This record gives sequence, structure tokens and C-alpha cells, in this order.
Amino acid sequence: MSVPDSAETMQRLTAHLRRRARWRWPEILFWLAIPAAIFVLPSRAGIINEVLIAGLFALSLDLILGLTGIVSLGHAAFLGLGAYAAAILASKGFADPTLGLAFGAVVAALVGFVTAPLLLRGGDLTRLMVTLGVSLMLGELANRNGWLTGGADGLNFSMAPVLGLFSIGFTGQRNAALYSFAVLFILFVIARRLAHSSFGLSLTAIRENRLRAGALGVDTRRRIIGVYTVAAAYAGAAGALLAQTTQIVSLDLFDFHRSADAMLMLIIGGAGYLYGGLIGAAAFIVLRDVISAATPEYWEFWIGLALVILVLVGRGRIAAAPRRLISLIAPRAAHRGVA
Amino acid sequence: MSAAALEARGLTRHFGALTATDDVSFAIQPGARQALIGPNGAGKTTLINLLTGVIKPTAGQIWLAGRDVTHLASSARVRIGLSRTFQINQLFPDMTPAESLALAISERNGSGADFWRALGSRPAIVAEIAELLARFGLEADMDLPTRKLAYGKQRLLEIALALATRPRVLLLDEPAAGVPEEERRDILAALAALPSDVAILLIEHDMDLVFNFADRISVLVAGRLLAEGAPETIAADERVRAVYLGEDAHG
Amino acid sequence: MLTILLDGVAYGMLLFVLASGLSVTLGLMNFINLAHGAFAMVGGYVTALLMNRAGVPFLVTLPAAFLIPAILGVVLERTLYRRLYGASPLDQVLFTIGLVLMAMPIAAYLIGDEPQQVHLPAWLSGRIEVRGVGIGVYRLFIIALCGAIAAALQMFLIKTRFGAQLRAAVDDPRVAQGLGINVDRIFAVAFAVGSGLAGLGGALAADVVGGIDPSFPVKFLVTFLIVVTIGGSNGIMGALFGALLLGVLDVAGKYYAPSIGAFIIYAVMVVTLVVRPQGLFARGEGP
Repeated sequence: MSVPDSAETMQRLTAHLRRRARWRWPEILFWLAIPAAIFVLPSRAGIINEVLIAGLFALSLDLILGLTGIVSLGHAAFLGLGAYAAAILASKGFADPTLGLAFGAVVAALVGFVTAPLLLRGGDLTRLMVTLGVSLMLGELANRNGWLTGGADGLNFSMAPVLGLFSIGFTGQRNAALYSFAVLFILFVIARRLAHSSFGLSLTAIRENRLRAGALGVDTRRRIIGVYTVAAAYAGAAGALLAQTTQIVSLDLFDFHRSADAMLMLIIGGAGYLYGGLIGAAAFIVLRDVISAATPEYWEFWIGLALVILVLVGRGRIAAAPRRLISLIAPRAAHRGVA
Repeated sequence: MSAAALEARGLTRHFGALTATDDVSFAIQPGARQALIGPNGAGKTTLINLLTGVIKPTAGQIWLAGRDVTHLASSARVRIGLSRTFQINQLFPDMTPAESLALAISERNGSGADFWRALGSRPAIVAEIAELLARFGLEADMDLPTRKLAYGKQRLLEIALALATRPRVLLLDEPAAGVPEEERRDILAALAALPSDVAILLIEHDMDLVFNFADRISVLVAGRLLAEGAPETIAADERVRAVYLGEDAHG
Repeated sequence: MLTILLDGVAYGMLLFVLASGLSVTLGLMNFINLAHGAFAMVGGYVTALLMNRAGVPFLVTLPAAFLIPAILGVVLERTLYRRLYGASPLDQVLFTIGLVLMAMPIAAYLIGDEPQQVHLPAWLSGRIEVRGVGIGVYRLFIIALCGAIAAALQMFLIKTRFGAQLRAAVDDPRVAQGLGINVDRIFAVAFAVGSGLAGLGGALAADVVGGIDPSFPVKFLVTFLIVVTIGGSNGIMGALFGALLLGVLDVAGKYYAPSIGAFIIYAVMVVTLVVRPQGLFARGEGP
């Protein structure tokens, strides 16, 4: 083998391995556009906030479902945990949002860490039922312990200004959206680094062929527990943001339909390349508002129909459309889909 | 304490009433070139699964480089130096050969759990990937999704991945199986070029390959080790011939 | 206390009939049908509407409550469900959730949101005393009828040729096909019977749960899933066991420990799954 060949190979190899880690201009544009939208359309700050939070929640699901191939019907458990943790903390007088955010994420992460081993045995079907079961259990616990959670009435609490400067109460809608944006962005960047690291590669390997990953020395148990804990933390953060920016918590945060909505968002936007949850959240919420304005009582029917069609046509093929557009941003990540 | 690279002692596995592996004992020395043959259904793949920890033995022990690994998880055995290839390719369909090798190498050198540094940022790993790609003739296809590779190339990647873990002992489960004629030579060449300090156990049906490759042959029939020895001894063994000649011509 | 036990058994029997179809599709065919409750809802509506709008006697409506969902099941199975037999569990879950989400507004649109009540005939109402233990007549009726159904199903599976073919088809569809068994048709029939039983269960349950309304499928979805989870894939007997256990736990729980509520049930399900992850399905998936 002659030396110039080898140097060329090394270069090609390095470029190939690093191709996804580089930030492309469409990505940068995307992230600049969001705060711009918040400033340009202050009256829409509320719905933008909702989209950002839903996007974060969908992103957390993408880490386990899209990246690692772990199915879950109970991801809303962590949303509820984070929300209630943050709300309870605030109602006890610790009203600093950043503290509540961290607390919500940590509580959710702990529960994620403890329940992750339940996912390791059995196949997809078992995982679906176990995760559903856990979220139902937590919902029941929240329901029955009204002294802590306020039960069906919810909790009364208000938040101090973020970093002591930016009030996010009822008059601070724009600040709330910016706060959510900041949190989403930071968490996204971390997730992005994770996805493009060796750790992220091992998650992809676990998704594509768990048997072979183990046969190459990957400690699949530990990796799965690790990513599940991180995903739980992210979902907890989303829950905390939701509680803090709307100053409401309700038991329906634990509901199955929250988990299902996040899955639907991932399907619409495409799973496995991290942007899918954000795009899907925007599409889903816009669609939902449009449809329920038109047919308020029967909008469930259209969602159901959308699901049925999506599955029949093939999740991969539908998701391919936005993905082809997005392939500028995340080249060749676009053809990765949910297993 | 023997210096065997891999040793099985009284290995037994029952599946209900079926005894798939029946009191199998053998040892593979470092740097060995050994083959395991036997008719279809003899339990060769079950034995490999037992040795690598995919299934648990009903009885018996497995020793790897002087350590009792009988109860050790699969992935832990890989880290001590036991790797295998699969009879049916077990690859990562949407990952490229470069990425697959990167995975194996990173795991081996301890940076597999690194969640911060980007892939491809460690020159030493990149160099090793390049070397393996060159060795197995996969350079041209390095950045294609594995599922788009020709079957023979996939089979070569299957071996390359196992080798990337720098094993002490390598178990090859029918590496030439299903490979079209034109591509077989590459596989055979790759096998011949395997590092001499790696002990290799080859499971194969192709007798030419076996007799060319192995210094020592073990014969497995109905879960028991029927005979073991040098190729000429095995070829001359009456019982072995009976087993193979008594069988129909799809053995 | 015995009354509560009998109430629990009655509820469990009801759950068995309701969930047995799900046990068949899920446990035997490896297909997750979260829309199962919709067939129960249809059966319940058939009985309620026939009785309330056409004056048909309760017992006479029951065969219709079985047949109409069964026919609906066959139609849906032939047109939609069979495309997804090989699909991933996630796909099946999403698809059948979609179906349920469509079914509920349709029911609301056609029949309205108000729960449709089933008014039991006089001979089925009231309580009787059996050796000092009070029990509702209707509860006894349910135990008797559902018990008979369970026995019939078990006999059918074990003693008839169709039953043997079904078991073979479940064990290994390809081999069964090779033996000349029409696997397609068997699954269709099994699906139809399962949906029909769900409908019958819905009709029987209407009185117990306070009427049939459009939210019935999701209200009871989790309950059905838990029955099948706990009961495992051991066919009829497993589903019966799971249903009885759940029925008794639920009724006893509501009476003795209302503050814990459904928590125990969910916990039992999770624990079952952790200890026996293969409890849900016949084959194919493993650790």
C-alpha cells in the first residue's frame, strides 16, 4: 500500500466519521429562527412555548425510541414527575425556576434509573406493557396522594423570575418562551454531542443489532440504563418547564395520551436524527389547533385516521418527506428510522 | 493450571428432553488453528453459543485465559478476549463498515462510553480502522451502509469486526457459508492472513477448507465429541468416516 | 366477605369473557389489538339499543350482541388487520390506537354521549340468599353463563379438530400451512369469535358498569391488557386465571382499601412482567 493512498484513506475516513458532528448552516438558521419568531410574534409566545416544550418531550423520547430502539408507552411518567416535582418545590417556597428545573430533571432521572432495569428482559411487547404499567402506577400514586400533589385540584404556586431578572408569570409570556427556548437549546446541544459520540454510536448499534453489539463487547445493559436515565431527565425538564411557564399542574400529565402524542410527533417528524421531535411537535400542535377549530368534538377521529393511514402507508415512507428536506441539515442521518 | 487459551470442561446443555451438548471437554492452545466439524444438527452452533455466553450451560465450566468465565456475561467475555463470527451475518445494516469498526475498536480500548468527543476525533482509532479496512479489502465500501455491500464483502466485514476486538480466541462459525464462488477466495485469503497469536476455532462443512486450515480437528456428533486429533488421524478414523458416509449427501 | 368474593368472581368472569378475545389475538397470534374494547362497546350498544328502542327481551339480544361484533371483526380483519400481522409491536399499537380513536367519536356521533342503560328483566334482578350469603341474581347469572362459555371454549380447543388446528397454527404457522391447514381462515375465525365474545361481554357488563358510553373502549383497555398480561399466553385457562385474580383484587380493593385503588393492579402487572417477561406471548420474543 503506497503512502499517498493511505493518507487519502485516512482523510476520507475521518471526514466520513465526523460528517454528522459538523454544524451546517440550515441547523444554525433553525436555531436562530426560533428566538427571532418569539420577538417578532410576541402574541404567539404562548403557543411557541407549548411547541418548544412538546418538542423537548419528543426529543427525550427520540433518545430512547429513535436512537436506541427502546419502545415505551409510558414516557409521560417522567413528564408528570418533572412537572410535579418542580411545582411542589415552588409551592413550598423555593420559587427559583432554575432550581425547580434541576429538581424536576433529577427526580425524573432517578425514577428512570430505577425503572430502567425492567426494560431489559423480554421483547418489545413486554416493554410496551411495563412502561405503560409504570406510568399508570405513578399516575395513581399522584392521584391518591392529594396531600402532596393537590390531587384533582392541582397545586397553587408561582415562580420567581428566571435568574432573578426575567419574570415568567402571566405577564411574562415572551420571557417564558425564551426560557423554554434556552433550556431546549442547551439540552439539544448536549443530546447532539451524545448522539455523535462513541456512546451514541453504541446506542445505534444496540438498535440495529443488539446481539452483535453485545458480541463486540458493548455492555448493552449499562448503555440502555444510561440513555433511559438521560431521556427521563430530559422529559422531567420538559415537565418542569411546563409547570413553571403555565403555573398549572394536572394529573393528566401522566396520561397515556401524552405518551401517544409524543410518539405521533416523532412519527410525523421522523425519529432518530433528533430534529424530528421538534419538527413533529410544531406540525402536530399546529394541525391540532387547526382541526379542533374546525371540528372541536371530533378532532380525535382525525388523529385516529391519521395514525391508521400513517401505519398502513408505512412510517418510514411518510417520514421520508420531511427528512429529504432535512437531509441538508443532517446528511444521511435522515435515512435512519425507528426499527 | 494449563496455559490453554480457551477450555471447556464437561460442558452440557439440555433443552428439556433434548441434550444438545453432552459432556464436551476440550482445550484450545494460544495461536492454535483448530477446526470443529460434524454433521448437521450435531450442536456446533449451540456449543459456540455456550462458549460465548449467549446461552447458559446446564453443567460444566468454561475457562478463558486461565479464568473461569462460566457465569460471565457475553460482553464481558469479549472484553477478556473471546470473539466470534456468526453463521448468518450479524451486522449493522444502516451503519457503514467504517462506523461498525469504529464501534468495535472504541469498545475495546475503553472509549466506547465516551459521550462527549465526536466520532472520528481520535487519530489512533481512525488509523486502526483504515488498517482493518485495507486488510479486508473494504476500503472502497467504507462509507456505504452495510446493507448495500455485496454478500461476500459483508462476510468479510463479519470477520473484520470480530478481529477488531483483538481477541485471544476467535470462533468462526462457517465463515464461507453462502458466499458465491467468485468471492470465496477473498474469505480464504483473509482466514490465512489472520494473526498468528490469535487462537482460532473454525466451524466448517467445507472439508477442503478445513483440511487446509487446521492443525487439529475435533468432531462433534449429536452433542458429543467423537474424536479429536491431527487432520490425518481424523481423516483415517473409521468412526468419523462412518458418520459422514452414513449421512446423505447434503452434509 | 363471601359476598365480596362472589362479586369479585362475577366481575372476573365478566372480564374473562371480555378479554378472552384479546388473549387469543395477543397471546396466541402475537397481535396487539388495543381496539378490542371497541368490539365490546358495539356489543353493549347492540343490546342496549335493541332493548330500549325495539323492546327486544334481554336474553334474545345476547346472540346479536355476539354476532354483530363478530361479523364486524371478520370484516376488519380481512380488510385491515391482516396487513399488520408481521408488523412491529409499535406499529400494531399505533394502528389499533388509531382505530379506537376513530371508533369513539363515531359512536358519539351516531348514538350520543349519554350512557345507554341496560335494564335487566325482573327475573334477573334482586338478590337471593344461598346458605346465608347474599348475592345478586345477576351476578350468579354471569358466573354461570361465563363459566359455561369458558368451559365450552376449553372443550372446543382441546377436543375439536378446529381447536387442534388452531393450536397447531399458533405453534408454527408455516408448518401448519404445510400440513394443509388454512392458517389464514383459522386466524380470521379466531379473531371473529374473540370479537364476538367481547361484544357479548360488553352486553353483559352494561348493567355492572353503569351503562355503555363512547369512552368504554379506553376506560377498560388497560384492564383487558392487565388480564392478558397476568394470565399469560396459556390459552383459555390462563386468561381465566388472570381475569379472576384481577376481578377479585379489584372488588376487594375497592371495598377494603379504596385509597390504594388501582395501584395494586398496575403493580401486579409490572411485577408479573418483570418476573415472567414471556408471560405475554406464546413464542418468538425472549430476553
